Amino acid sequence: MGTVNADNAAAQLEELIGGWRNYLNKRQAIHTVDVAELEDHLREQIAALSKAGLAPDEAFLVAVKRIGNLDTLSREFAREHADRLWKQLVLSSSDSAAERSALRTDAAVAVGLAIAAAAAIKAPALFGLTLDMDGGFYARNVALFVFPLLAGYFVWKRKLGPRLWLWPAAAFLAVAVFANVYPFEIGGSTEILSVLHAPIALWLAVGIAYAGTRWNQVAGRMDFIRFSGELFIYYVLIALGGGVLTAFMLMMFTAAGVNVESFFENWLLPCGAMGAVIVAAWLVEAKQGVIENMAPVLARIFTPLFAAVLIVFLGTLLVTGKGIDIQREVLIAFDMLLAVVLGLLLYSVSARDSNAPANIYDVLQVVLLVAALAADAVALWAIAARISEFGFTPNRVAALGLNVLLLAHLAWSAVLYISFLRGKGPFARLEKQQTDYLPVYALWAAIVVIVFPPAFGFI
Amino acid sequence: MDINKDLIAASSTPMVLAILAEEDSYGYAILKRVQEASGGRMAWTDGMLYPVLHRLERLGYVKARWGTAENGRKRKYYKITAQGKTQLAEERSQWQAVDATLRGIWQGLVAVLPDPRAIATMLMPPVQLLQRA
Repeated sequence: MGTVNADNAAAQLEELIGGWRNYLNKRQAIHTVDVAELEDHLREQIAALSKAGLAPDEAFLVAVKRIGNLDTLSREFAREHADRLWKQLVLSSSDSAAERSALRTDAAVAVGLAIAAAAAIKAPALFGLTLDMDGGFYARNVALFVFPLLAGYFVWKRKLGPRLWLWPAAAFLAVAVFANVYPFEIGGSTEILSVLHAPIALWLAVGIAYAGTRWNQVAGRMDFIRFSGELFIYYVLIALGGGVLTAFMLMMFTAAGVNVESFFENWLLPCGAMGAVIVAAWLVEAKQGVIENMAPVLARIFTPLFAAVLIVFLGTLLVTGKGIDIQREVLIAFDMLLAVVLGLLLYSVSARDSNAPANIYDVLQVVLLVAALAADAVALWAIAARISEFGFTPNRVAALGLNVLLLAHLAWSAVLYISFLRGKGPFARLEKQQTDYLPVYALWAAIVVIVFPPAFGFI
Repeated sequence: MDINKDLIAASSTPMVLAILAEEDSYGYAILKRVQEASGGRMAWTDGMLYPVLHRLERLGYVKARWGTAENGRKRKYYKITAQGKTQLAEERSQWQAVDATLRGIWQGLVAVLPDPRAIATMLMPPVQLLQRA
């Protein structure tokens, strides 16, 4: 009987310590190694107190109290290791040697692929295609220089079999063929549309490689959405840094009387822009969890602001009684508005705990959705009235098609969101709808790339 | 008697360095040694020792390594470095200077202020009486 009790007490103590450890591990400033050090201390203290006659759970409480207030302690650790929160961005704090060597291989592969991407954009120059003279060729193929390498990185990293990478590979090949064999009129609408839509279609191919075996799961696609957002943010940050570097470079060499502008235009900018995609992807991969929350944070900040702007806009329309002045570009402007609203929705959804109850932020999200839909409906109504007058040019059909897709997506999201707010459906349904809808955009982009040029006579 | 926080913070570096100069040690044992040496008057919050140790490590005064304790658990041991010993000597002379200065001034105050130890001795008998009652 005595030993059973002792065993129980020991198990209970382990559970208490485990809970304490988990709680401590959540603090960014205190690393796993430090938690291990503190845990050793805690256990020593508990042993000493138990020896003095305290029951294990009492000893645990006293020992935890003596360690001190964890907030203060975290603050002390953060002060002592102020670099930590940033250092994590490039260097991982992994403990085991195997893990560290895996990270090093990963970094080496990423750098190698980044160099390959930089080389890829310069390869056509060997065949006499220059950026200045053959801008169209480079624009049509821009995604093809780097996305296959990026997909390759994930294929390598996730050890995907041919069954999984054949699809992305086929997509890359198809776009490469269609982008280059069509006899586009130089600078024509269908060429520009193809340039704009090919990356969208191919991004899905990257997504299939990214999610790998999880592509058919909501979580896999959601991770890809998160990855895309973080990649974009990292890319912008790297681009800003590159801009500063370039500015200094130009300034210094100009002062020395050497003209480096052509080096900058022909080498640094294109190679840097390509390589940075891979480097940014590697950073996002290597440091999941550090600033993973950046895109959702931005979404959180801008959701109320966009909602406010849209409501004021609708109110203005109502008060002044004026319709929307239909210019040729208005449809594209509204497409972009819906795309931004979709981004806000996606990143809010991606960061939301699907089990949490509805809160004020969810209401705001719905307000944003409904306001955006109303604004877009007003615009569509105005355009529909005059669409025959403008005629069906490829640009307008593409813009209208995208608008319809976005409108359908957001309207269905709004319906699901409202039913969630009214307690009639789980949040997971909304998540599933977001991820299910992703391929639709890629499909539409593929149609624009493949069907539009011949349908409109390559104008 | 509680020693105030600023004094504890200021004295933590020489104290930890001095303990590590005695022999290599680890967090819990260092705290035990502080308690023992101060007769329990230095009340450190246990956790706070670790940021101090990490700072000393960053400054190069101590070196840390992971080892295994007698009970088989992983434990982080600290060892003073040559630089740490130099720093300890430096801190020590500073503290001695502070101590000497205070002593000099307090000797002049003896006539004005009662010696705290004398008050304690005077109070002891009534306190003991109360406790017994």
